[in-house]
Amino acid sequence: MPDLLQQVAQDRDVDAFRQLYQSYAPRVKSYMMRQGADANTAEELAQETLLTVWRKASLYSGEKGSATTWIFTIARNLRIDRLRREVPWQELPEGHAETASSDILPDEAVSEVERRERVQRAMSGLPEDQLEVVNLSYIDGLSHSEIADKLELPLGTVKSRMRLAYQKIREAVEDLR
Amino acid sequence: MKIAHHIDDATLMSYVAGSLPEALSAVVVTHLAVCGECRSKVHEMDLIGAALLSNLQPSALGSDMPRTPRRDPLPRVDEGDEILAAVERSGDVPGPLSRLVGSDLSSVRWKRLGLGVWHLPIQLSGSSHGDLRLLKIAPGQVMPEHGHGGTELTMVLAGSYSDEIGTYHPGDVADLDDEVEHSPVADRKLGCICLIASEEKARFKGPFARFVQPLTGM
Repeated sequence: MPDLLQQVAQDRDVDAFRQLYQSYAPRVKSYMMRQGADANTAEELAQETLLTVWRKASLYSGEKGSATTWIFTIARNLRIDRLRREVPWQELPEGHAETASSDILPDEAVSEVERRERVQRAMSGLPEDQLEVVNLSYIDGLSHSEIADKLELPLGTVKSRMRLAYQKIREAVEDLR
Repeated sequence: MKIAHHIDDATLMSYVAGSLPEALSAVVVTHLAVCGECRSKVHEMDLIGAALLSNLQPSALGSDMPRTPRRDPLPRVDEGDEILAAVERSGDVPGPLSRLVGSDLSSVRWKRLGLGVWHLPIQLSGSSHGDLRLLKIAPGQVMPEHGHGGTELTMVLAGSYSDEIGTYHPGDVADLDDEVEHSPVADRKLGCICLIASEEKARFKGPFARFVQPLTGM
């Protein structure tokens, strides 16, 4: 995937973009639907997310390995903007100022791919109750209080499950930092 | 800044998930501006979002892929501001200049000159006839010219601009006299922040229309 993003950034390669689109737009659509959008709106937002990738790819050209992460941040910001329920907003960066292209050394770019794979593995090893709250937070867009209400749990329990999940993810990638 | 007390991991995750209520988010944003440790956690937490997104069951798309714009459209005005802010953060103010305008382009107190153009006149000594100012131009906007007499020097600090002669990147200087007619345009993606100096007092004190007059030939 990172190569596709490079091709889009550097060569404005429409075929590479089509592959990115086919791989991500259906998932972004699902994400938007989980966040409460109807199918049409979700599809429009998925298109807009991917077109943002097309338009801004050159700004991220050096940032290897983070196509998925970047697309997640764009989709999240778009849904905050369009599907807001509580106006929960303050700026969130798209992509990462901390790891902007010029800051990434070649071996760090490799470890970015590795990092993503390890996160993926660690996620699949999470206990069900932790994965559930993480999903409700990230994918369903619920605040901690809303999650507590939904699951009929004390707020503190929701937070501690979130923390435990993060600690496991962090341990999985710690040595790559 | 040495920070001893950080945002709780659970709160930070909710922020990254886009689920944190606004008032709480405002505090998180403020803390992140000064705390590298929490910013690095944000990156890891973004990876969690990316993993969850990849794991979602895809939904069938009801329509074809939209056409990709052949030429990148100019950013919307609000996006332009966001991009310029990033460009400001990216630019270094060379030492000597920083004594005049501060070391940080993003803290310059710009004055608006017109649509997509801001400036900061820099005070020169009383005996000088010249003119020195910073200019900030939104992506794709035509750069205003001093119009005037004598030599004009333009140094790019962040972003870039192009004219018939070429493209100027940070550190590049255009050294032109008033015989040269050119139509510089700020980079279509990043805009441009530059330091511009002319031998004579600049003429453009009035409305923006007069400001661009030398370019449009009006």
